[in-house]
Amino acid sequence: MDIAILLLPEIILTIFALIVLGYDLIWPGRKAVLVTLTLVAVGLAAIGAIYTWGTNKTIMADTISIDDYGVLFKLAGLAATAMVVLLGMSYIPEGRRTQDAKRRLLAISRQGEFYAIMLFAAVSIMFLVSANSLVLIYLSIEFLSIASYILVGYLRDDSLSTEAAIKYFLYGSVTAAAMVYGMSFLYGVSGSVDLPTIAKVIAGTLPSPESLRGIVMPAVVLILAGFGFKVAMAPFHQWSPDAYEGAPTPVTAFISVAPKVGGFAVLYRTLIVALPYFHSDWGGTIAILAVLSMSLGNLVALTERNIKRMLAYSSIAQAGYILIGIAAYSQMGISSTLFYVMVYTLTNIGAFAVAIVISNALGSDSIADFAGLSQRNPSLALLMLFFLLSLAGIPPLAGFFGKFFLFTAALEQNLTWLVFVAVINSVLSLYYYLMIVKVMYVDPPESTVPLETPRPLAVAMGISAIAILVLGIFPTPLINLITTAAAALMQVSS
Amino acid sequence: MNMTLLAVTFLPLVGALVLLLMDNQPSRRNPAVLRWTALGFSVFTFLLSLPLLLTFQTGAGFGSGDMSFVTDVLWIIPWGIHFHIGVDGISLPLILLTTFLTPLALLSGWTSIEKRQKEFLILMLLLETGMLGVFVALDLFLFYLFWEFTLIPMILLIGIWGSDRRVYAAIKFFLYTAVGSLLMLIAILALVVIHANQTGQYTFDLLALKAGLKLDPAAQIWLFLAFFLAFAIKVPLWPLHTWLPDAHTEAPTPGSVILAGVLLKLGGYGMLRYNLGLFPDAARTLAPAIAILAIIGIIYGALVSFAQKDLKRLVAYSSVSHMGFVVLGIFSLNPLGISGAVLQMVNHGLSTGALFMLVGVIYERRHTRLLSEFGGLGISMPIYAALMLIITLSSLAVPGLNGFIGEFAILQGAFATNWIYAAFATVGMILAAVYLLWMYQQIFTGEIKNPANAAVRDLNRREIWSLVPIVIMVFVLGLYPALFLNIIVPAAQSLASQVIQHAALTLQFPFLP
Repeated sequence: MDIAILLLPEIILTIFALIVLGYDLIWPGRKAVLVTLTLVAVGLAAIGAIYTWGTNKTIMADTISIDDYGVLFKLAGLAATAMVVLLGMSYIPEGRRTQDAKRRLLAISRQGEFYAIMLFAAVSIMFLVSANSLVLIYLSIEFLSIASYILVGYLRDDSLSTEAAIKYFLYGSVTAAAMVYGMSFLYGVSGSVDLPTIAKVIAGTLPSPESLRGIVMPAVVLILAGFGFKVAMAPFHQWSPDAYEGAPTPVTAFISVAPKVGGFAVLYRTLIVALPYFHSDWGGTIAILAVLSMSLGNLVALTERNIKRMLAYSSIAQAGYILIGIAAYSQMGISSTLFYVMVYTLTNIGAFAVAIVISNALGSDSIADFAGLSQRNPSLALLMLFFLLSLAGIPPLAGFFGKFFLFTAALEQNLTWLVFVAVINSVLSLYYYLMIVKVMYVDPPESTVPLETPRPLAVAMGISAIAILVLGIFPTPLINLITTAAAALMQVSS
Repeated sequence: MNMTLLAVTFLPLVGALVLLLMDNQPSRRNPAVLRWTALGFSVFTFLLSLPLLLTFQTGAGFGSGDMSFVTDVLWIIPWGIHFHIGVDGISLPLILLTTFLTPLALLSGWTSIEKRQKEFLILMLLLETGMLGVFVALDLFLFYLFWEFTLIPMILLIGIWGSDRRVYAAIKFFLYTAVGSLLMLIAILALVVIHANQTGQYTFDLLALKAGLKLDPAAQIWLFLAFFLAFAIKVPLWPLHTWLPDAHTEAPTPGSVILAGVLLKLGGYGMLRYNLGLFPDAARTLAPAIAILAIIGIIYGALVSFAQKDLKRLVAYSSVSHMGFVVLGIFSLNPLGISGAVLQMVNHGLSTGALFMLVGVIYERRHTRLLSEFGGLGISMPIYAALMLIITLSSLAVPGLNGFIGEFAILQGAFATNWIYAAFATVGMILAAVYLLWMYQQIFTGEIKNPANAAVRDLNRREIWSLVPIVIMVFVLGLYPALFLNIIVPAAQSLASQVIQHAALTLQFPFLP
């Protein structure tokens, strides 16, 4: 197939990003058009990605691997982008509705940039999830990071937002440097930046690849710093609570899911394609990081009183769960990781959508403001209940099936201890998720004025609620797709 | 495909969805429309469940993989997860108990639940489907799904409509059960993975696992314990019972009725179906230890009941004692004990459900549950006193009423296993007579000393009608226990013969024609 066709998603997104930027320059302030263009771009890119399903080949001097694994992650990234655009539409309310300077600012200026940067971020995710060479991996991660820094610091005159962006940026630069340093080790060992070639050289080392452990494992740790920063896993998570809190909420939703989609895709691909020989070594490292991430995220989330910070720590913990699938290096490990990332993406965006409705109406992100939500807006409370229970892993929602999938993969590899830790963590996390349920359903509301849900947010929440219910009850079709993708990747690995 | 059982299981869920779509504010013409809808659905569920009893073909049941009213559809194909439901002689009585108690529980909250009625009714119906699902599920995934499904509605019922310390009680209830059920989840997954390693095939189907799984003794013990912990918390078995007094006391009346009447039975049922059914060797090894815990629970629960000042707490602790009998019966590991345990679960559901309804009645009138506040109510509330007497006698197992049959069979079964068990458990029966009669005496007999007790209204029509069905069943099961025993005993026999082969199997079964 022609290379241009295989790269359709990337090409479409880039062209539309430039169109959005140009359109806003010439005809400023037409939000509806910008949103439409963005959504069309994402939709077309998704069609382009689906079109490449089943291709399984490498292009552009083997730097890009077009495979089913990548396609599924691309779709997750595109879904996240589309939903965040819907969220952004309503977070930027008409200036008259609120006196809050922070939001009025978003309402009046630089809208085109917002949507264009979203599209550029989506492009970087497309490259990241199919990157097959260390150089492209580094470039895509930097591309995604820069787009994210700008989005986080989007409220230029808001000190929290600026502070968040600076922290994010400083942290990102350091971890990126560490990652490049680690990559240079791998290059030094193998003389190649191409992932499959690295694996081949390592496997063919004489007298035995064992002699390379002393240099490969430090490289893995350094590279993990870079990926760990992207997916916000402990101990590379420190930026995330502040960045989550300071960023405009739609951006928070975006950086809580999109970098995770890209980060986990590339993390798993790198380990599995380039370093299958050392899988028991990096498997152990990942398992320890999983424990750290789950425990730290959940324990700190228990104490948070701000919804955005709580969700930040919750998503650190969720990253820990996903790492279980990576520690269980197997076909089922890949499948379960893919499934969980998709479900997590949908669910977390839904939860942030609810947070936006509340903060739009009440002007704060405190969990206490959810008090009596079940009476002020019963359907909103019900949706939030769905999202929280899915994050907590209560059946029959998709989050349960995701955890179930991950735990089975781990048990299959005899990682029983890891599953025990994860289960204890699930109980911890249930506690704080249910405290929000308690606030919504038990605490009396401060006023009985009904809360309105803006239409685009309702659409986004509806999509994610239906998706988590359907994927929880009828996951078979998605599992079949994922299994195909995982099998192909596993074949490359062995 | 059997439509009756499917309909029984999911009709309450349909009812909950219908209620969800109905208007929040009751119309002026018919303010009770929401309540009537919910009651209608639950009554209809009960009526639909009757044909199950009438057409049930007595069979060996789960012990030999012989289930009735089966529906089996492959559901999540890559994993071998089935939508597989069916009943046998052990689950059928519990299903009937559930469909029977739910409408009565709704009636008991008819006027006492004033705020947020719609949500309350929806949660009650969701809870009913969850409980029924646990009893009918024949696939481990499906079972776990329903098991967890009962958790959230119950927490919300306690947390929203409970009394003063409701949030504390709800969280405590939740933490206990969540720890138990998540450990069970690991055990379920481990079972499936072990089976897959042995046969190369993923399946969650309970009957397939039971037939195809070969476990070494150590693995059996661990898996047994992981399942057992979840069930023991639910039952609750001493020393895991401490969530129960709080949850029962703080829950609103309908919540207490369902909690004591049905939810505790999920634990007992789980022990029978999963612990005995899947891990017979481990059950045999651990039975003595569990029986001792059960006996401690029987005596401890009775003694602590005796010390209670709060009426609802007294009934709650009596549950610890009575459910101890159930566990003792199950781990006698003979058909007598097991049949007695199943019957005792039904009986406890009826009598304790009724006791909580009766406590709710007096609480609605006097807004107190302190025993010291009452006295002489026999004069002002004769009907109430009469009903309470029948239920109290049923609860303390007077011959002729339902409670006697179950406890007697359990004691006989325990005696056949080890006479010391029976000797100690009998102490619990005597203590039950002490604390229940003492409670009755304090509330009803003597002169009215507290003027507030003189003006209390007796039961109204709705309250009488919510209690009469239970009283009828108390007599029916007391005088004609064969109604249920006929279906329970064959299933119990085949289950027991899986676990243990010895002389106890030939014991003559009492109460059967």
